[in-house]
Amino acid sequence: MELTSQFIQLIFSGLTIGSIYALIAIGFVIIYNITGLLNLAQGDFAMLGALTCISFVNMGFPLIIAIAVSVVIVTIIGGLFERLAIYPARNSSTATLLIITIGAAFVFRGISILIWGTQPLALRPFSGNQNINFLDATIQPQSLWAIGISLLSLAVLYYFFNKTYLGKAVTACVVNRFAARLMGISPQKMSFWAVSISAGLGALAGIVIAPISGASYDMGIMIGLKAFIAAVIGGLSNAPAAIAGAFLIGILESFTEGYLSSGYKDAISFTLLLIVLFFMPNGLFSKVSGKRV
Amino acid sequence: MLVVDNLHTYHGYLHVLKGIHFEIKQGEIFAMVGSNGAGKSTLLGTIAGIYKPRSGTIVFENEEISYGKVEKIVEKGICLVPERRQIFDDLSVKDNLLLGSYHRYKNDKKSVMEDFEQVLDFFPKLKTMLDRPGGLLSGGEQQMVAIGRGLMAKPKLMMLDEPSLGLAPLIVKDIMNILKQMKKTFGTTILLIEQNVKAALQIADHACVLDRGEIVIQGKASDLLEDEKIKDTYLGISKKERLKL
Ligand SMILES: Nc1ncnc2c1ncn2[C@@H]1O[C@H](COP(=O)(O)OP(=O)(O)OP(=O)(O)O)[C@@H](O)[C@H]1O
Ligand SMILES: [Mg+2]
Repeated sequence: MELTSQFIQLIFSGLTIGSIYALIAIGFVIIYNITGLLNLAQGDFAMLGALTCISFVNMGFPLIIAIAVSVVIVTIIGGLFERLAIYPARNSSTATLLIITIGAAFVFRGISILIWGTQPLALRPFSGNQNINFLDATIQPQSLWAIGISLLSLAVLYYFFNKTYLGKAVTACVVNRFAARLMGISPQKMSFWAVSISAGLGALAGIVIAPISGASYDMGIMIGLKAFIAAVIGGLSNAPAAIAGAFLIGILESFTEGYLSSGYKDAISFTLLLIVLFFMPNGLFSKVSGKRV
Repeated sequence: MLVVDNLHTYHGYLHVLKGIHFEIKQGEIFAMVGSNGAGKSTLLGTIAGIYKPRSGTIVFENEEISYGKVEKIVEKGICLVPERRQIFDDLSVKDNLLLGSYHRYKNDKKSVMEDFEQVLDFFPKLKTMLDRPGGLLSGGEQQMVAIGRGLMAKPKLMMLDEPSLGLAPLIVKDIMNILKQMKKTFGTTILLIEQNVKAALQIADHACVLDRGEIVIQGKASDLLEDEKIKDTYLGISKKERLKL
């Protein structure tokens, strides 16, 4: 009994962190496919979202308002970042763009130190501290929030990309940028929307995880890195595979932490990344045909 | 309707178009033929705003077209149906067609749906495969999607880059008939690039031959069809064969 309850508990904490990685990994995939850009500032949107939300809550706003406003603000920051930093350099080499996003990440961290300092801040859980008992395992309600919100966001994204005209136009851009341009779809406009939406998703992820892990100026580094690994082991161009990768990493980490030691937690993700890059450079879930989905 | 004058385009250091001049009149089919690497696709790409011309002008309906504004050019009414079809493999046939109307969908959803029905009447075969991913269609079906998608843009000028590439002779005939019908039904002006010289010249009003970046022969399509030099180099009717006739 002891064993199964620990098992369930580890599964839940793995799914929780995995769902956070998934939200950010989706951002990587969307931006990468539309612009060819690896946005290494992706994790910092999570940080900005979490800290902004904490400030609004501390000012006395209701939690739901604080969340909504922070997501909107970070979405706008994402849009500004795209227009001011990426758009002007859109014809530069991939390396240049990569460095721009690294630079942006440092700027975001620097600004957040100025505003919030270096000490971690806490956000209260969305629905109290009362743990839930499930088959003898104790589960934090915030875990359910995290999993639920990310699944909901993924469902909304799925709807957007597969059922709406604008979403299909974005997909068209991903599938065949050249043909999309010929149809009058502007990749630059799509790039703006892609970065903005990814920023908003990242913010949401940061807010949802903040009650569990706290929020600090440097929280985006590890979250971003792990989400990046998830996207890469998913093949970078395949959103469902990136989500699967994210949950895989989350669960792997949580089991390493539970059964081995938390010291190995990060090592295991990087090891997985190296193995995948070495043996399956197209991603863990790539079909043999190599066709992009 | 379209006047191209003294157009020079480079790919890097490669001088591909060397002073092109031609004119297309409203409502006609203008065919352009030429061997591989002559610069035909480059010319269409330059008109569509994808490649930057080094010098020269492209005037469409008395307005000069400028490089880089691909969306603006689509809005003005020029649509390029590119080489090798380039349909959206992962999207359904229906979505492929509807996305052709991207530039007017927001303001004009109703007429887009009307045009959708009309395009389907044009390609009845597509009606049975609307939900299939474009990538799974046969070459001929994909070409219909590509042309249909172009029609959905409701262009005044449609440029087609080798629409019969890789298709069986019978389907080539179909495609040529469709172009003729398009001209009749919608009044679309057509700039057609073809390796299938005979088929193209038969439906065209005017035509020209592009050779290593220069237009070497230009005139009425019916005259070109009789031209000895064209017969020799493009129609593959050799002297020997003609002796037999
Ligand atoms: N994007 C490009 N970058 C560099 N060179 C190019 C590019 N596109 C075409 N070229 C070169 O320009 C020349 C003309 O190419 P283009 O595609 O216009 O020929 P084409 O007449 O369409 O030939 P085909 O009948 O084979 O389609 C060729 O020598 C080709 O190698
Ligand atoms: Mg060509």
